[in-house]
Amino acid sequence: MAKTESTLKNMVLTLLVITGVAGTSLGFMFELTKGPIEAAKKAKQEAAIKMVMPEFDSLEKDTTIANTNFFRASSNGELVGIAIEAVSPKGFSGNIKIMVGFKPDGTIINYQVLEHKETPGLGTKMADWFKTDKGKQSILGKHPETNKLTVSKDGGEVDAITAATISSRAFLDAVRIAYETYNDNKSNEPVAANTSAEEGGTE
Amino acid sequence: MNQWNNFSKGFFKENAVFTLLLGMCPTLGVTSSAFDGLGMGLATTFVLVMANLVIAIIKNLIPDKVRIPAFIVVIATFVTIVEMTMQAYLPDLFESLGLFIPLIVVNCLVLGRAEAFASKNNIGSSIIDGLGMGLGFAMALTILGAIREILGSGKIFGTVVFPEDYGMLVFVLAPGAFIALGYLIAFINQVKKEA
Repeated sequence: MAKTESTLKNMVLTLLVITGVAGTSLGFMFELTKGPIEAAKKAKQEAAIKMVMPEFDSLEKDTTIANTNFFRASSNGELVGIAIEAVSPKGFSGNIKIMVGFKPDGTIINYQVLEHKETPGLGTKMADWFKTDKGKQSILGKHPETNKLTVSKDGGEVDAITAATISSRAFLDAVRIAYETYNDNKSNEPVAANTSAEEGGTE
Repeated sequence: MNQWNNFSKGFFKENAVFTLLLGMCPTLGVTSSAFDGLGMGLATTFVLVMANLVIAIIKNLIPDKVRIPAFIVVIATFVTIVEMTMQAYLPDLFESLGLFIPLIVVNCLVLGRAEAFASKNNIGSSIIDGLGMGLGFAMALTILGAIREILGSGKIFGTVVFPEDYGMLVFVLAPGAFIALGYLIAFINQVKKEA
């Protein structure tokens, strides 16, 4: 087969055909992987919720709150925890997105780091650091009202990750944002408000 | 025998990383662990083989003056396919490789093989060339990743060898990639000299 000549018509036609074929096959591929990509994202979010919440039998997403994912978990009709997604832009390189689980009274149950671009080996340690019960590292079981959740360098009660103070600050900033979201929205859901009122009445 | 040479040249004689010094961006960027290096290498191998195959098939249809844009479109298509597939079925690996997956498009190795080999040779040889070059690249990235992982964080493929506190942090960071790569190339040049 002879080589195609480099005339204008040939060049335009060839590029048109190649980009056309490429575009079509990518569109087809996109349709094919759209489902699994969604499923993978959802599975990750669900795993994170399970991680930060105590045992629950029903989970309800609050869609009234804009710009964030806010989940209420309940067991036998009683609210056992709230999972909130929060993003801090103060990371060492980009946003840090975490999911924090709060007890109905605001105590931190657990957290899970969802997305970040921190330095491997330094900032990435935050996935476990603030869960480890060593020195003043752990934030589990702390309450953001009564415990000052900032790094010790800033006068707080949490030990920052060694050599990753900026990542630690950003992480704690995300926790603070999550707590504020919790505080602003904990009672604006009628169902949740009723539950806590009933609890108060029986005690 | 000729095809065997064609395949094996990618591992040692014309290894992309150690000899040709092509594709340095992913080499230095993603090799902070052996597993990431391997994943990146295999993704690149797939793109190389598929791009070489398609380009070898259509090489006579492409006018010479527009061959580079045509090659880039073919390469970019396969990279996007890899990106979407990985995002769907290997989300964890996709997350740790991040931005480097779309950047396979600009990996000089892929365009270099398309231009230097696939556009001049038949389909069979082009596939074998892509496979050899790609697996050689994957091997280099895995070795570099393993060295950095073990020196930096005391692990190999995620298995703990010694506690992380004794690791040399510099090997996890970018400068460590340059240091480790420099010593590896020196070592390989020495071996070549003696051989």
